[in-house]
Amino acid sequence: MMPNEMQFGPFAGILVIALATYFTRVFGFWAMGHVPMTLRVRRMLETLPGAIVIATIVPLMFRAGVPGVIGIAATLGCMVLRRNEFLAVALGLASVSAARALGL
Amino acid sequence: MKNPSDRAQAPYWTLPGLAEGAWRSGALLPGTAIFSLVFGTVAAQKGLSLADTILMNALVFAGASQLVALEAWTNPLSLGTLASLALLTAIVNARFVLMGAALQPWLGALPAWQIYPPLLLTTDATWIVGMRYRAEGKGDAAIYLGAGLAIWAVWVAAVVPGYLLGAFISDPKRFGIDLMLPIFFAAMLVQIWRGPRRAIGWAVAGVVALAAAQLVAGWWFIVIGAIAGSIAGGFIDDAE
Repeated sequence: MMPNEMQFGPFAGILVIALATYFTRVFGFWAMGHVPMTLRVRRMLETLPGAIVIATIVPLMFRAGVPGVIGIAATLGCMVLRRNEFLAVALGLASVSAARALGL
Repeated sequence: MKNPSDRAQAPYWTLPGLAEGAWRSGALLPGTAIFSLVFGTVAAQKGLSLADTILMNALVFAGASQLVALEAWTNPLSLGTLASLALLTAIVNARFVLMGAALQPWLGALPAWQIYPPLLLTTDATWIVGMRYRAEGKGDAAIYLGAGLAIWAVWVAAVVPGYLLGAFISDPKRFGIDLMLPIFFAAMLVQIWRGPRRAIGWAVAGVVALAAAQLVAGWWFIVIGAIAGSIAGGFIDDAE
C-alpha cells in the first residue's frame, strides 16, 4: 500500500493534534531560555490570535450567505453592547435560524 | 519604575497553592464550561464518538484548535489530513508560544521535570490566572498547576452534556449549529480587541483568507490568512 493511501482512526488524529498543541505550550518557554525573542516576532505573535479568528470568520460567513452575515453581525453587536458571551452566541444562532426560516 | 518581576519572589511550590490556584480560576470556569458544551455539541454533529470526544478534551485541552480541527476532520483520516491537522492546530495554538515565553521570567528557575508538566496545562484561562497572580509579586508555582487542573476538570466534565445535546439535534442547520465556529469566534473577537492599530493586521487576515478560500481547497484559508495577518501585524507597528 502506498503511504498516501494509509488510513487512520480518530485516535491517531487526537494524538496528532495533542502533540502539536504540547509543542506550542513548551516551545515559547524553552526558546525564551535559550534565544532572545525579537520585538517583531513578539508583535507577530500578539497579532496572531485575532488574525486566526478573523481568517476563520470572514470566509465562513460569506460562504453561508445572508443568514451568515446576519448571524455574525448580531453576535458582534450583542457582544459589544452586553459583553455576555453566552447571550451573544445564543442570539447569533437564533438570528441564523430566523434568517433561514424566512428563506433569506 | 521598577519592573515588578525584578522584586518578585523566586519560584517555589506549596500544597495550599494548588487550592488557591483552583480558587483563583473560579471566575473563568463558567466560560470554560460553555466553550466545552459548544465543542461537545459540534463533536456529536461531526460524528465523533462520546469516548473520542472526552479523550480529545482531556488530551488536547485547547478549545479553539479543537473546533478548527473538527472542521477539517474526516473518518478515516489520511496521512495528508493528519499533516494538515498538525499544522492547523500548531497555527491556532501559536499564541501559547508567546504565553510560554511570558512565563519564563517567573518559572524559568525551576528544574525542567517540575515545570514542563504544568506547562502542558497552558490555556488562555490558566495563563491569565497565572499572570494575575505573578503581577502581585508572588512566586508559588503551585498556583499555575492548581488553576490548570481546575480548568481542565471543568473542560472534561462539561463536554458530556454538550455532546448529548448535539446528538439529540437532528437538523443542525436549522438551528445554525453549522455556523457555531464563526459565531463563537465572533464573540471571542470582541474580548481580544486591543484597539485599531492591531486591527490592521486582522483586516489583512480577513481579506487574504477570503481570497484564499476562493483559490485553495480545504481549510488552508485559515492558515494562509492568519500568517498573512500576523506578518502584517509584525511590521505595521514599526511605523509608529
